[in-house]
Amino acid sequence: MVAAGLAAAPSGGEKFPAPHIEYGMLAPMLIVFGVAVAGVLVEAFVSRRSRYYVQVPLTAVGLVAAFAWTIGLAARDKPFHAAAMGAIGVDGPTLFVQGTVLVLALVSLLLIAERQQTSFAAQASALPGSEAEQETTAAGTTQTEVFPLMLFAVGGMLMFPASNDLLTMFAALEIMSLPLYLLCGLARRRRLLSQEAAVKYFLLGAFSSAFFLYGTALLYGYAGSVRLSDIADQLSKDAGSETLMLAGVGLLSVGLLFKIGAVPFHMWKPDVYQGAPTPITGLMASCTLVAAFGALMRVYYVGFETLKWDWRPFMWGVAILTMVAGAVIAITQTDLKRLLAYSSVAHAGFLLTGMVAVTRDGLAGALFYLVAYGFTTVGAFAVITMVRDAGGEAAHLSRWAGLGRRSPLVAGIFAFFLLAFAGIPLTSGFTGKFAVFKAAVEGHATPLVVVGVLSSAVAAFFYVRVIVVMFFSEPEADGPTVVAGPATAAAVALGVTATVVLGVLPQPMLDLAGHAATQMFVR
Amino acid sequence: MTDFPWLSVLIALPALGALAVGLLPRENETLAKQAALGISLVEAVLAIVMTTAFKVGGDRFQFTEKYWWIKQFGVHWAVGVDGVALVLVLLSVVLVPLVVIASWDEAGRSGGTDTPPKRSAKVYFALLLALEAMMVGVFAATDVFLFYVFFEAMLIPVYFIIGYYGGPQRSYAAVKFLLYSLFGGLLMLVSVVWLYPLSQEKLGHGTFMFEELNTMHVDGTTAKWLFLGFFVAFAIKAPMVPVHTWLPDAAAQSPAGALVLVVGVLDKVGTYGMLRFCLELFPGAAKWATPVVLALAVISIVYGAVLAIGQVDLKRLVAYTSVSHFGFIVLGVFAMTSQGQSGATLYMVNHGFSTGALFLLVGFMIARRNSARIDAFGGVQKVAPVLAGTFLVAGLSGLSLPGLSTFVSELMVLVGTFSRHRVPAVLAASGIVLAAIYILWTYQRTMGGPAREEVKGMPDLSLREKVAVAPIIAIIVAMGFFPQPVLKAINPSVEKGLARVDVRDPAPKITGNVAENGARP
Repeated sequence: MVAAGLAAAPSGGEKFPAPHIEYGMLAPMLIVFGVAVAGVLVEAFVSRRSRYYVQVPLTAVGLVAAFAWTIGLAARDKPFHAAAMGAIGVDGPTLFVQGTVLVLALVSLLLIAERQQTSFAAQASALPGSEAEQETTAAGTTQTEVFPLMLFAVGGMLMFPASNDLLTMFAALEIMSLPLYLLCGLARRRRLLSQEAAVKYFLLGAFSSAFFLYGTALLYGYAGSVRLSDIADQLSKDAGSETLMLAGVGLLSVGLLFKIGAVPFHMWKPDVYQGAPTPITGLMASCTLVAAFGALMRVYYVGFETLKWDWRPFMWGVAILTMVAGAVIAITQTDLKRLLAYSSVAHAGFLLTGMVAVTRDGLAGALFYLVAYGFTTVGAFAVITMVRDAGGEAAHLSRWAGLGRRSPLVAGIFAFFLLAFAGIPLTSGFTGKFAVFKAAVEGHATPLVVVGVLSSAVAAFFYVRVIVVMFFSEPEADGPTVVAGPATAAAVALGVTATVVLGVLPQPMLDLAGHAATQMFVR
Repeated sequence: MTDFPWLSVLIALPALGALAVGLLPRENETLAKQAALGISLVEAVLAIVMTTAFKVGGDRFQFTEKYWWIKQFGVHWAVGVDGVALVLVLLSVVLVPLVVIASWDEAGRSGGTDTPPKRSAKVYFALLLALEAMMVGVFAATDVFLFYVFFEAMLIPVYFIIGYYGGPQRSYAAVKFLLYSLFGGLLMLVSVVWLYPLSQEKLGHGTFMFEELNTMHVDGTTAKWLFLGFFVAFAIKAPMVPVHTWLPDAAAQSPAGALVLVVGVLDKVGTYGMLRFCLELFPGAAKWATPVVLALAVISIVYGAVLAIGQVDLKRLVAYTSVSHFGFIVLGVFAMTSQGQSGATLYMVNHGFSTGALFLLVGFMIARRNSARIDAFGGVQKVAPVLAGTFLVAGLSGLSLPGLSTFVSELMVLVGTFSRHRVPAVLAASGIVLAAIYILWTYQRTMGGPAREEVKGMPDLSLREKVAVAPIIAIIVAMGFFPQPVLKAINPSVEKGLARVDVRDPAPKITGNVAENGARP
């Protein structure tokens, strides 16, 4: 909110006015941030043994309260407000995205809080292989800093798609990313890989933030304001320096596309997804993508709407590249987490297909897709945490050989998630794909849809390959075992339920997404 | 009685049955088999009872139901059958219980030489029932979106059946099958998606209801693209040369029981889709494409037959004969005459039964010798006369011997085609000669001659196997002599379809000739 205050501050030597803040409308974010701060205090004041038992309920209550408040905001009237002096938009799509992030965060929390097979290092600051690490591991301490860190990240994710000016958005981006960089490095097993992932993510993320900030500066130079609506006004007046504007839009786009992992800014995804503790990968693959996509759509739909004839060809190119490269590179992967990372790249491409339509249907389709994909992906990563051998998770594809024989239920559920990713009818993946493709065809982007279905066919190949390995190969003698902790099992069950319901009876969720998109974004 | 939601029940029963069988305890396989048999028998009886309520000459689509499914996309749960769909639904539900009986012992035992550990039989039967639900659904759907959903979802049970219960190369065959079909299906998805904005434009409201879509007149380039999207998917499914290569592989690896359904019913969705969707939704484009399609059909007929002659594996052989037969069906569909199309529809049913019988028998033979190679047999007739005899009847039906079912349909297709397109009809007729070679030569090599040493101890058909095959043989003979009842149901639907396409039969004289063969009521 600091950034919001700064952005709204008038220039010159006037007295600094107290910004007018609508606390009610901002409550979901405030709750999450407040609970996160409380979580830090818990770390300081509660004894080590009982921290876990305080942190988990606290985090859950925070997320549920924020979600309830979001529902309240959405239900009370047709939300279409600019709050905090215009820095935060409270409108249908934003509330939808925020609600989605909160629910998916709750599901991820189940994975993060799993104690039976914790995925986190006992002490983050202990060097890998050091004595300190051995001591803490032997003492059986559990890491509880993850909970406040996760809440800060979720708070950033709530703010990111709601930001109506670029500076607020930048602040949200950082609030969201910094805890994630940290969380990535906390894996209990293969810590070097995890720390490498964290460093990579941090460096590339910082780089992309710089792009974003540079773009913001240039756009400020062009429009004299960082407010999206002011930029839109300036664009419709067709005044100012075109060079500044184009360079600004371009650089800003790099920053945003990096976050959703569109090609050619996808390089971080496989490494980070592989190295991060799997519950965090689940959080990133679902919540971060949802939030980042919400922000991307807000910027393009509000700020650059008048410029759509210029950015559309560019987005076409990015969408095509993202779908094709994501699907093709995924074929060669042998690690399941990397494979899902590339699959997530391909899915970002499908989402972009819906986005380029710049219509209500496109927005609604993309919103639905985000929900559908989010649940399936959290479920899939949850299954990955369950399949373990002596060295922790057995994420290498060859280790999954014959899993269908060993534990048919788990393998069957994972196969179901994969079929949903592939977009087979009667799963949520199909409904989502249909929604965005329909919007794209209506928006005269049929060639994009053709590329989309062709890359779906390619993508189907590697999803199917995993099924082949699980079901049609003979199990190894020393294959991994399936360990299903209660919380993880609950997360998987939620993922399966959502994938089935959104595939078979998608009407209520489609209606909700449709309602959310009726007025589009507030300016 | 007509208010009863017949078709929904017919779809729901095996679907729920599949769930129930899947949830049965693993140890009690007999119970799973009995449950599957019971459910599929009830399904067959229900479908036959429904058929008696079908009014020939009534509305085109009967037993219709229509509820909103996904309003946002304009999608209905809409089912209904015309004559064509009805006979195909019947074909499916009659074959399933027979397949269940035929697979009684085979299920759970992998075919081929490297017999892997025993597999769960209950899952196999659950998958069969799931497949049955989708087969009924795909023929009954009168909403294009719903059709698409069944069309794609159907692949999954088949994929698992081939990949889990198939021969040594099963995973290769299963993946090839799935990818070919998915590729076609996804191209079709583009067309399906496109129909929505198109219907908004032409009809004022977005819809996927078949009977509304076929009233809009789509033409020009759009229609051609849409047609191609549908056609490629159906051609892969059917399968036509040059996209047929998945079938021999799938056939060689699939367990014989499931193969009956894959080739006998599943592939009919391709030709059924051409007749229903390609022609009626895009008549202009269909006419535009006719020369190429006819050429491909003739190539399929001849090429499939020639390759069949050269096969050494019995399942691959039957698969190639099917490629040839599907060529005939496509030829009949695109001849755009009422004889041609009625003949093609009848052919779909007949082919389902005669090829079904062949695959079942081949399956029995393989179970006895643990090999599918032709040279593993010889002189079977001496030791297993019933097996040889039924094989001969099924084979003769395949080569269109008069008095057996396929003859009527093949003749109708050829005559119907000849009246409009002479050259393709003449070329296609060579398929009959080739069929005589591949069937009789195969019979001679496997059944005729002195009994080989390895074959000597081969038992004849058991009671269970006889029960599985006998009904099909009876149907083959019955339909050879009395195709009338089926044709009566098919003809009005075909004519209504042709009226949509806006073509009239060319020479009335030829219609008169066909009447002698019982084509016309």
